[in-house]
Amino acid sequence: MDKETFSYEARGTVLVIHLPKELDHHNCRDLRHETDLLLAENYIDRIVFDLSRTEFMDSSGIGVLLNRYKQMAGSGGSVTLYGVGAQVERILRVGGLSSLMPCFDTKEAALVL
Amino acid sequence: METMDNEQGRKDRADQDRMRLEIDSLSQNEEFARVVVAVFMSRLDPTLEEIDDVKTAVSEAVTNAVIHGYGPEKGIVYIEASIKGKELTVIVRDEGVGIEDLKKAMEPMYTSDKSGERSGMGFSFMEAFMDKLEVDSRPGEGTTVRMKKRIGG
Repeated sequence: MDKETFSYEARGTVLVIHLPKELDHHNCRDLRHETDLLLAENYIDRIVFDLSRTEFMDSSGIGVLLNRYKQMAGSGGSVTLYGVGAQVERILRVGGLSSLMPCFDTKEAALVL
Repeated sequence: METMDNEQGRKDRADQDRMRLEIDSLSQNEEFARVVVAVFMSRLDPTLEEIDDVKTAVSEAVTNAVIHGYGPEKGIVYIEASIKGKELTVIVRDEGVGIEDLKKAMEPMYTSDKSGERSGMGFSFMEAFMDKLEVDSRPGEGTTVRMKKRIGG
C-alpha cells in the first residue's frame, strides 16, 4: 500500500476516502482535484474519511477536511470520520473540527449514521 | 583542576547542543524536516505528545516557507534546533518573498491562498503547540520563525 496516495471507495451515495499515513501539505496536493472529479461524476451526499492509517496531520489536513465539509454542507450533505488516533484527535480539536464532523470508532459505525 | 575544566567544558557543550539542516523548498522535505527535529529532541526524553506538538509546529513553519516563502521559485529552507537545559528552540528561516502584513498573516483562519484548500491555521498551530513563537519577516528578504518549548514539564 502506497502511503502517499489516497484511495476511494464508493458505497451508494457515500464516498469513503482512505487517508495516508502522513496527512500534510505534500500528501494533500492531489486530493482536491481527485475528489472534485468524483463528486462531479457521482451523486454523493456523504463523505466518510478513514483516518485509521493516519499517524500525523497538520493544518494542511485541516484545510482539506474543512473544504470537503463546506462542499458537502453546501449541497445538504455531511462528513464523518473514523479511526481517529491521539495526534489527529488533538489536531481536530485545536483546529475546531471536532464539533463539525462526528467521529466513529469503526467504518461500519461511520457508514450507518 | 584539569578534570574540573573538562567537566565544565562538557557542561558548556551540553548547553549548546544544536543541529542545522538546509533543505530545498520541496514539499516532500516537509516530512523529512519534522522527523529530523523529532529525532534531535528525543535526547530530552519527551513524551509522545510533546514529540507530536513539535512535529506539527515544524511542519507548519516549513510548509509556510515552501508554499508562501518560495512558492513556485525554489530556494533553501534553513532549520536550526538547539537544546538548553530542558528547553528546545527551533528556528525555521527562508530567504523568500517575506510577509507584507505580518499581523494579518498571523490572524487565525487568514490565508492568502485562493484555492480554498488552506486552513489559515499555520501560525495558530505553532502558537498552540509551542510555548513561545516569534516571527520576523521582511518583504523581499524572507521570514524567520523562532519557536521554543520546554520539554518534560
